[in-house]
Amino acid sequence: MNELGFAWIDIGILLLKILVVIVVNLVILMIMEWAERRVSAFIQDRLGPNRVGPAGLFQAVADGIKFFFKEEVVPTGADKWLYTFAPLLVLVPALMTFAAIPFGTTLELFGRAEPLQIVDLNIGFLYIFALVSLGVYGVVLGGWASNSKYPFLGGLRASAQMISYELALGMSVIGIVMITGSLRLSTIVEYQNGLLLGFLPRWNVFLQPLAFITFLVAAFAETNRLPFDLAEAEPELVGGYHTEYSSMKFAMFFMGEYIALITTSALLTTLFFGGWDFPWVDEKALGIWGVLLSIAAFALKTGFFLFFFLWVRWTIPRFRFDQLMRIGWKVLIPLALLNIVLTGAGLLFVH
Amino acid sequence: MGVKNVGYRPARWDSSYFPGILKGMWITIKHFFSKKYTVSYPEEKWPVPPGHRGAIRLNKDEQGRIKCVACEMCSTACPAKCITMKAGVAPWPDRDKYPVEFRIDMLRCILCGMCQEACPEEAIELTEIYDFSAHSREALIWDKERLLRNWDITADGKYFERSKTETGM
Repeated sequence: MNELGFAWIDIGILLLKILVVIVVNLVILMIMEWAERRVSAFIQDRLGPNRVGPAGLFQAVADGIKFFFKEEVVPTGADKWLYTFAPLLVLVPALMTFAAIPFGTTLELFGRAEPLQIVDLNIGFLYIFALVSLGVYGVVLGGWASNSKYPFLGGLRASAQMISYELALGMSVIGIVMITGSLRLSTIVEYQNGLLLGFLPRWNVFLQPLAFITFLVAAFAETNRLPFDLAEAEPELVGGYHTEYSSMKFAMFFMGEYIALITTSALLTTLFFGGWDFPWVDEKALGIWGVLLSIAAFALKTGFFLFFFLWVRWTIPRFRFDQLMRIGWKVLIPLALLNIVLTGAGLLFVH
Repeated sequence: MGVKNVGYRPARWDSSYFPGILKGMWITIKHFFSKKYTVSYPEEKWPVPPGHRGAIRLNKDEQGRIKCVACEMCSTACPAKCITMKAGVAPWPDRDKYPVEFRIDMLRCILCGMCQEACPEEAIELTEIYDFSAHSREALIWDKERLLRNWDITADGKYFERSKTETGM
């Protein structure tokens, strides 16, 4: 500790954690770009990209090189600043969200107890939702700054969709906050350790099934994925908000979308599937192996949700805009409200 | 004039989208694990059905000699006029003539199979090779050696079984 009240080693470890998380995120992003095409191909009985590297795994590298060499076109009437800024506004909040997500149990090494989480915010929940909702500004600004009709429509749709679904997204997790009594994500994960009725892992998905369903549907809408990708609906709006984008700016929109996907999967895992909890095992008692097991459990669950997102994308066709609005306002929000009431009643009953 | 609405109205459970979505997810995951139909082309080749009219070959007899007797029936029958040959005195006692030069311009050839029909010796035939593109026009004017090589790689009828190791060209 120095006179400012912090130790340099703490900052060093913090920076190291940030670096690791960003690098891992970018690696998963590259795998996702490949997986999206592979999974879609497999679902359609094809093979997909399998030429670049083992099983085509380096496809993302080839795509990246291609993006770098593409010509960068800026439309004449575009607002240059916002046009350049919009892709960053999608990518950066998506990356920042991961800061509050615990991806493993506490690592004890050389006498230091280091939680595997960049910052253990006591308002981790609010932080994440604030950043998730920031992501939409990138889409809206990108659509508006292009000064073109299709992107504009895409941006417009995105704003309407996000406002509708953010309510459901936020409200569906209030039930979890009620039973956990904390907005701190590490506390929520700790709460999910243990067993329910003696055999079920005490994950929130079993305690809050209704919340899980509403959150899942709203998460699809928030990440702009099919069946709710109306903001980029290719058959209707050419490319939606990124129609006028090319080269690395376009790639950045895509990176933002996939990073948001990774974060949402991690969030689903954390909130509903026990985070890094490996069921029926006490990770804390296993020392370093417990830490590795917890990271593996977290990665496995997140990986499953990433696959789930792809799986859904290649199954369900896009909803119509009126259907989207109807589901958001007339189904999801009442369901989320109902869940809050039911949780409250349940808590009263238990105490 | 009473309008009778017989349109489909989904049941409440169906209109919640869930049964349809779950059914669809089941179908896609089944396809995810099912057999893939992609043919990895340069390594694997799609076997064409018998009777396919592909690249032309010149046949050899049991002793490995060219079967052709340079009668020019094929070049006469050819509607594209792509076959040219130069006849010479055969070095073997069982025939009078043999082609000293035999050239097929595959740029002009329309793969109609008329040469095969016309040949009295069954010396010229169309094969199952369908990928014989080249980088230059000269490479597509095939001489006698080139046509006899086609026989070598297709004579045993196992061209597609071997195509995983050699490209045939």
